[in-house]
Amino acid sequence: MNDISQALSAAAQLIVSADTTLVSIIALSIKVSLVAVLIAAAIGLPAGALLAIARFPGRQALVAVLNALMGLPPVVVGLLIYLLLSRAGPLGEFGLLFTPAAMVVAQAVLVTPIVAALTRQVIEDAWFEYEEQLRSLGAGTMDAALTLLWDTRFALVTVLLAGFGRAAAEVGAVMIVGGNIDGVTRVMTTAIALETSKGDLPLALGLGVVLLGIVIGLNLLAHWVKLGAQRYHG
Amino acid sequence: MLPLILENLCFSAGEREIIRSISCEITAGTRTIILGPNGAGKSVLMRLCHGLLTPTSGRVTWQEADAARRARAQAMVFQRPIVLRRSVLANVLYALKLAGVAAGERRPRAENVLDAVGMSALADRPARVLSGGEQQRLALARAWALRPEVLFLDEPTANLDPAATRNIEAIIGAIHDSGAKIMMTTHSLGQARRLGDEILFLNAGRLVEQASVDEFFRQPRTPEAAAFLHGELP
Repeated sequence: MNDISQALSAAAQLIVSADTTLVSIIALSIKVSLVAVLIAAAIGLPAGALLAIARFPGRQALVAVLNALMGLPPVVVGLLIYLLLSRAGPLGEFGLLFTPAAMVVAQAVLVTPIVAALTRQVIEDAWFEYEEQLRSLGAGTMDAALTLLWDTRFALVTVLLAGFGRAAAEVGAVMIVGGNIDGVTRVMTTAIALETSKGDLPLALGLGVVLLGIVIGLNLLAHWVKLGAQRYHG
Repeated sequence: MLPLILENLCFSAGEREIIRSISCEITAGTRTIILGPNGAGKSVLMRLCHGLLTPTSGRVTWQEADAARRARAQAMVFQRPIVLRRSVLANVLYALKLAGVAAGERRPRAENVLDAVGMSALADRPARVLSGGEQQRLALARAWALRPEVLFLDEPTANLDPAATRNIEAIIGAIHDSGAKIMMTTHSLGQARRLGDEILFLNAGRLVEQASVDEFFRQPRTPEAAAFLHGELP
């Protein structure tokens, strides 16, 4: 008990004094996860919307596969990307392994199916309601997809946040492809894992508190923004 | 576009026959009311005419060979209005854009039609927070803005209070006066009398009687229609 309270007060000190190591780790974490979520959104939002609206043979199978991909084990994704990016791998010539770019790729691979699958669900529910009206107005599949992405924008913010939460909290994949190199690829989750095993609990706890704070704070913010927007737009 | 000719039109959903071999001719100018008890197939018949459903067998023939022009000459207003999560004006502009109306012409046309339905003051309001009656008025305005030759209305006042119903009926009258053919389903005898010129009476998926409103209400030719008028059919 005493250990924990000592560690907590040391953690608080690190946070309050804006310790440079702590800050640089947090900044890298946010940057990597943010870029990963942007990539996931650019692919997952349109893909999910089209999958919700278009009708083609094999669609149900694709939906099932996509839903299953939401549970991709991060360590396995990390391993596969490691093999692709390693010197001898097919993408080795780009020299991306153990760089933040490799971590972005790994997180994007993990988050894209989540964004696409959740978007598919949101848009399909809306399509059920809008289909006849939009078809009556002459909307094609593309028109309908864009219209519904815009009309469900408040729900989709929550989808992107879920993706960000997954990216920021993930440890296995970034550990493998980033290598947890001090000052280069060390992010909050990998630092917490390392410091805990080294016994440096204050830094681990400090990072843990910040990570929790970011995830909870972002979700609260999004919740209020969404409530306000829905009150205005209906 | 008109007359619209239906030949041996049938529609089944699985084992259930919803429309059973309907043949008739629907002419320009008149307001045609599709009347009948719940489950008679009124809404399905209208969706078959509008092209939202494909007949199981039989034919729907418009006097217009070009499919795109055929689609643009029709509009439909549904029992539950579907308005998009954007402003009232933007809802009308959206429909005009999908219909391929030139960009410069959209705004004046939308403003005109909102004025005609008495919604100018609401133009910038988010459409989703309007009352049910206002949303239905917007749906009518959106359909009217398309200047359809044929306007389908599926129980447009079923969810509205008497004041809103009168308002909607007045707008339907104005749209008819502007030259559009009106085809409307209702199960309200009063509304059929007030708005109709011609009755198509449906029961259990069959066209039982096609007659002028006067004839139909004065002297129904079939026992089923007489029973319906006496409130004996559900």
